[in-house]
Amino acid sequence: MNNHTDNSNQLLGVEAKPNQALPADPNEKILALRDLKLFFPVKTGVFKKTTGHVKAVDGIDLDIYKGEVLGLVGESGCGKTTLGKAILQLIKPTSGAVYYQGSITNQLPIDLCKLSRDEMIPFRKNLQIVFQDPHSSLNPAFTIFGSLEDPLKAHGFSKKAERRRVIGDLLVSVNLHREDMDRYPHEFSGGQRQRIGIARALLVNPELVVCDEAVSALDVSIQAQVLELLLKLRAERNLTYVFITHDLSVTEYICDRIAVMYLGKIVELANADDLYSHTLHPYTEALLSAIPIADLDRRSHRIILEGDVPSPLNPPSGCPFHPRCHKRIERCKTEVPTLKAVRSDKGMHMVSCLLSE
Amino acid sequence: MVDDIALSVRDLKTYLYTNNRCNKAINGVSFNVLKGKTLCIVGESGCGKSITALSIMQLLPDLSRIEDGGITYFSEKGPMRLDQLPRKGVEIRKIRGAEIAMIFQDPMTALNPVFTVGYQIAESLRQHSVLNDKEIKLKVIDLLHTMGIPMPEVRMNEFPHQFSGGMRQRVMIAIAMSCNPKVLIADEPTTALDVTTQAQIFTLMDKLKQEHKTAIMLITHDMGVVAELADNVAVMYMGNIVEAGTVEDVLRRPKHPYTRALLASIPILGRGRQQNIKAIRGSTPDSYDRPKGCSFAPRCDYATQACDEMPDEIYISATHSVRCSQLEAIS
Amino acid sequence: MINRTESALNRKFDLLLAMEEAGKLKPRKGNRAMRKMFNNKLALVGLVVFLIITLSSVFAPFLVDHDPQKIDLRGMLQEPSSEHLFGTDKTGRDVFSRVLYGGRVSILVGLGSALIAAFIGVGIGSYAGYKGGWVDLLALRMSEILMAFPQIILVLLLVSIVGQSLLNLIFIFVLTGWGPMYRLTRAQFLSLREEEYVQALRSFGLSTSVICYKHILPNALGPIAVNITLTTAMFILAEAGLSFLGLGVPLNIPTWGNILNVAQDLRVLQNYWWLWLPVGMVISLFVMSINFIGDGLRDSADPTQQG
Repeated sequence: MNNHTDNSNQLLGVEAKPNQALPADPNEKILALRDLKLFFPVKTGVFKKTTGHVKAVDGIDLDIYKGEVLGLVGESGCGKTTLGKAILQLIKPTSGAVYYQGSITNQLPIDLCKLSRDEMIPFRKNLQIVFQDPHSSLNPAFTIFGSLEDPLKAHGFSKKAERRRVIGDLLVSVNLHREDMDRYPHEFSGGQRQRIGIARALLVNPELVVCDEAVSALDVSIQAQVLELLLKLRAERNLTYVFITHDLSVTEYICDRIAVMYLGKIVELANADDLYSHTLHPYTEALLSAIPIADLDRRSHRIILEGDVPSPLNPPSGCPFHPRCHKRIERCKTEVPTLKAVRSDKGMHMVSCLLSE
Repeated sequence: MVDDIALSVRDLKTYLYTNNRCNKAINGVSFNVLKGKTLCIVGESGCGKSITALSIMQLLPDLSRIEDGGITYFSEKGPMRLDQLPRKGVEIRKIRGAEIAMIFQDPMTALNPVFTVGYQIAESLRQHSVLNDKEIKLKVIDLLHTMGIPMPEVRMNEFPHQFSGGMRQRVMIAIAMSCNPKVLIADEPTTALDVTTQAQIFTLMDKLKQEHKTAIMLITHDMGVVAELADNVAVMYMGNIVEAGTVEDVLRRPKHPYTRALLASIPILGRGRQQNIKAIRGSTPDSYDRPKGCSFAPRCDYATQACDEMPDEIYISATHSVRCSQLEAIS
Repeated sequence: MINRTESALNRKFDLLLAMEEAGKLKPRKGNRAMRKMFNNKLALVGLVVFLIITLSSVFAPFLVDHDPQKIDLRGMLQEPSSEHLFGTDKTGRDVFSRVLYGGRVSILVGLGSALIAAFIGVGIGSYAGYKGGWVDLLALRMSEILMAFPQIILVLLLVSIVGQSLLNLIFIFVLTGWGPMYRLTRAQFLSLREEEYVQALRSFGLSTSVICYKHILPNALGPIAVNITLTTAMFILAEAGLSFLGLGVPLNIPTWGNILNVAQDLRVLQNYWWLWLPVGMVISLFVMSINFIGDGLRDSADPTQQG
């Protein structure tokens, strides 16, 4: 971790010192999450007393490197979408830090969680999001131009002609036509709307884009189009993606590294190839075995998990996965495992399981 | 053998008349659902697969009708033409639930939130069987137990919101199977569920199929589900079945350009990052503005002049049929 | 072939099918909502009646020669004739011109109050529904307090405090009318603010007012517009009722309600029908036409209707 001086929380405009003591990373880090937590209070009773917390994100440590596609994978309720929004400060985290080290601060780390709403605005240029639902991600009352020009206005594009040029260029780069900016969302198909959503995310030239289930609501054949597009744009613009999904087949194809989440914690983090060939965590194993594969030669031996995902209000003691785990031992009921690196020749592979310690 | 057929659909045409226009949602579709076997109808959104299910159950929206074709259900009393029964009549209501049952996509909204789960399962039994209340209660407990819901005596008195998504879908299946239907129609039953829950539901459906010899018609968009569950497959595109056959025929030896393109566009687990995924160019045409002749022609790499006419169904083997006029060029 | 029972619906389907095959039906350009409005016969009738009455009132000076205030004690209580279309009243004033001029005030009070109440209610409701917090809480409680009073009691109270005048009446209507408008807008915004395009706007750091008023509000306008028409109708009836009781607009200014004021007297009801029947019918027709327009607006926003 870099030196976290008191300067790091000052407003921009201060002369940034050239970064010192950068650890020897293979790539530059752009974001570093440290013990990030997001708890939603549960209020019951007439007086709305807080009786408990939904631990949506429960202590995440994660580094995101520049230019990579990091997959956040898990089933519903694991906290992946909440984590995506917490990174972008769309929901304020309850505790922990999101250190940003990118071009805006000249590689000096700044904790985004400590910024006020106004201080966050210049950073919003660099951290963008693409949403899941192509039908509600665009305002039905405005043309595409109308929807997209306000963000440009807010970030310095004062001339209308300039805005039209930027939007037109972006539409072309997502394989649509320049004239499409004067049409309404309902005139486009789901796949096209999703591409417009991607164009919107790229409006002010971000460094990092969170793709929140960006292809999940699309037809299978259109998914392939959008995935191709995302990869092309990454190469052209040197983007970093945080790719949130529940579909492990897609992550195998598009991601460099994958983090598997369960009940608000990361249970396994590895390079994509490594995750699939040397799966270490029992949950990841069960997840992979459950996926129906469109290949008749590979009928999987399914590991059927017992029971359902427990409620994040009341996670089990010890390892949160132990009630459903097919490999559990006595210790799992009481000891809480932590995310630890396991020696691997294919790069770092981290697992949160007592069996791997 | 003809004995094996539970449900037979011949040249079905269903048109939708909303917005003062005519949408030819299903344009001549034929298939058989066999006893003890699963037929998967695969297609993307807008191809008409859900409307097919609704046509069979006579549950079409008000502004639509079956234009042509026949739906024959082979009941114990002999074949019955379902399409000729009046939509809101007594005969079809006797069949729905008791002989042909349907489960829907979204378990969250398919159950009534103000009645207990036990009550909703019992409703089907009260309607279709001659059991008395005590016998019904025992049957409900037995059904819940078969579906893998723990402590059924307690849980039958709980409300839908107290169950998780996977459990709710099992309750739906319990309602559907309560009267031992001959045919089960499942419209994307696991799309709204997690992958691990999906696996549980599939195991359950397989077991039911083995035990009761139910004919299952499973509608899905997921080729993986087809590979896992189907005995027979029908691939739909824009209201027509473009390829049909056993699952070996269609998945190992796909002949229709759409089937091939579809299989080539999905990332398959285990093939890593080197796999070649090719998107299908273009997009699904507007339902009101369908291409003349073969609907896939505008997006097809093999299209010629001949494709301006709707191609006939060609049988390339006893089980495998394709609706394409360019078969030589493809091979 | 399928045996088809002959029914109107089936024949309509056959017609559509034939037209579609002949390529006659094309995707309609233009606003689908407008098209549905004009398809709704009742709404059209309502619109026509509304326009006739409103325009007659606005252009009253061009339509009538008689001064509505002019007293002519020799010509009082005359039956309707070619000279006085609705006859004359107790002080010889021409009833027809009083109705027309009265319409100006009634429509002003009704429509004007509704629009002002909407402006305030929507203005606050948008911000409060989107942001929440203490602004929302305060407005919610205030509107509940005001809505808990029966309007008549509130009017009596306020009239006794501020006195009786046209402006005061509008003030009172606005005071009692902004509450429902606020709550409706707030409800709309509570659901619309979860839409993904709103989150996208927030991810760019756009200000709350731009998001609320420029981007979300156009999507919320449907039910609001319907509510404005219905509130107008309600206020017109309220004004008529209050003025009939003598609590509304002061009697020297002609309004539909004031004209009706004389009907409190049983003899007038029995013997001088032209003093109250035409006015009553105009009020009824006007309110009905507004309701039809409101229904049409609501139906045109409803996707399940054939349109």
